[in-house]
Amino acid sequence: MNSYYVQILTVTGINIILAVSLNLVTGFTGQLSLCHATFMGIGAYTATLAALKLGIPFAVALILGAISAALFGFIIGVPTLRLKGDYLAIATLGFGEIMKNILLNLEITGGPMGLRGIPKVTNVYVVYLCVTLVIFSLNRIMHSRVGKSFIAIREDELAAEAMGINTANFKILAFVLGAFYAGLAGGLYAFFFRYINPNNFGFMKSIEILSMVVLGGLGNTYGALLGAAIITVLPEFLRSVSPVIAQYRMVFYGILLVAMMIWRPQGIMGENKVMKRRGQAA
Amino acid sequence: MLRLENVTAHYGTIQALKGVSINVNEGEIVTVIGANGAGKTTLLKTICGLVSATSGKVYFYDMDITNLPTSDIVAAGIVMVPEGRRIFPRMTVLENLQLGGYLNRNKSETKANMERVFELFPILKDRLHQIAGTLSGGEQQMLAIGRALMSRPKLLLLDEPSMGLAPKIVLSIFDIIRQINREGTTILLVEQNAHMALSTAHKAYVLETGRILMEDTAEKLLHNEQVRKAYLGEA
Repeated sequence: MNSYYVQILTVTGINIILAVSLNLVTGFTGQLSLCHATFMGIGAYTATLAALKLGIPFAVALILGAISAALFGFIIGVPTLRLKGDYLAIATLGFGEIMKNILLNLEITGGPMGLRGIPKVTNVYVVYLCVTLVIFSLNRIMHSRVGKSFIAIREDELAAEAMGINTANFKILAFVLGAFYAGLAGGLYAFFFRYINPNNFGFMKSIEILSMVVLGGLGNTYGALLGAAIITVLPEFLRSVSPVIAQYRMVFYGILLVAMMIWRPQGIMGENKVMKRRGQAA
Repeated sequence: MLRLENVTAHYGTIQALKGVSINVNEGEIVTVIGANGAGKTTLLKTICGLVSATSGKVYFYDMDITNLPTSDIVAAGIVMVPEGRRIFPRMTVLENLQLGGYLNRNKSETKANMERVFELFPILKDRLHQIAGTLSGGEQQMLAIGRALMSRPKLLLLDEPSMGLAPKIVLSIFDIIRQINREGTTILLVEQNAHMALSTAHKAYVLETGRILMEDTAEKLLHNEQVRKAYLGEA
C-alpha cells in the first residue's frame, strides 16, 4: 500500500483510541473533559523520555506512558470531579493549559522545541493491535457492574448515589481509565511521528477528539470509532479535492458540528443499546 | 430502630436542620410533615449520607451511622426514594431495577427481590423492557419505589411520593406503601400532602424551618387544631 495511505490509516487508529477513551468519560459517564489531548501528551512525553533517556524497550515505554497519564488523571480527577458540567469542563481546560506550559518550560521535555530523534517503532499493525485491545477491554468494562455504574452516574448522579453506588470513586475511575488509553495513544503517536512538541497536545486537539465523539454519537464506542475515522480521513480526502478546503478544515469541523447538533444531535450512530440488549437477554 | 439525636445540617452557610431528634421504631410508618423549605428532604438526605451532618448523631439499631458513605448505609439496610422519583430515564425498567439491587451480588436473591417487586407492582413486569423515561408519572413513582426495594431495605425513606401525581394515583401509591409496611419494612415518609401522610402513618413529626415543632401519633396530629390550620388547609 502507498505509504501516504498507511500513514492516514495509522493516524486514524491512534485517533480511534483517543475517541473511544474520551467516550468512556464523556459519553458513558457524562463528565465533560476538555483535557484529553493533555493525557495523550503526558503519555507521549513519558514514553519518549523513557525510551530515549533510560533506554527502556518500546513496549514497556508505551505502558509507562499510559500509566503516567492515568496517574495524572487520578491527581487531577480527585479534586475536580466534585465539580459538575461546565465547572468540570473549565477545570480540565485549566489543567490542560498548566500541563502545556510545564511541557513548554521544562528542560527535559525540550521546551517549545519538543523532542526529536525518537525511533520509529509504531506501525499500522501495532496501532490496530492496540485499537483492538482497547475496544475489547472497553466493551468488557461497559458490560460489567462498573460500566452500569458509569451509565447510572450519567443518567442521574443523585439517584445512583442513593442506590449505593460510590459515584465519586466511579467518576475518578472513568477519568483514570480514559487517561490511561489516551496516554497509550500518545506513546503510539510519538513513536510514529518521531517528533513531539507541546502544541501537538493542546486544547485544539482535545476539541478535535471531542468532535469525533459527538459526531459519532456520545455513549457509543463504535460511533466514536466512526467519528474518529471520518474526522481523520475527510480533511485528507478534501485536501486532494482542493487545497483551500484542507486549509480551512477547522472551519469545516465547526460547520459539521453545528449541522450535526441541528439535525442529528444524538450523533451518527446514536446511543449504544448494549445495556438494553443485555437486559432482554437476562 | 432509627434514632436521630440533635442533628444539624448546613447547605453552605444556611442551616437547614437546627437540631432534629426523631425516633423510628421497627415496623412503624413514621411521617415528617412540613412546608416547602422546612428541611424535610435535607433530613432524609442526612440520614442516608447524601448530606453530611454538621453535628448530632444518627443511630441505626445501635450502630452509629452518622456521615457514613451512602453505599455503607444502603448496605446496612436504609434506602431512599428521592424526591421527584429520579429514575434513570434512558434505561429500561429492568436496568433500573438491576441498579437498585446494585450492592447485592447474589443473583438468586436479586431475582427473588425482583419477583417481590413485581408482586407489588405488576405493571412493572409488563413494562420490563420499556425505556423508563416513557413511563407515566405514577408508573415512574412505582419504579422508583420498586428500585429502592431491590436492595431489601429494613428502613425505606420516601421523599414526597405524592409529588406531581393525580389524586387517584396518590391513593394507590399510599395503599402500596401500607402494604410494603405490612410485609415488614419500616417506613419514614416525608410529605407535603399532610392529610395523606397523617392518615397513613402511625407516628408523625411536624418540621418547621429546621426544627421539630410537634410530635405525636399521626391520629392525634390529624385532629390537632394547629396542624389542621397550618397543614390541612382548614380554618
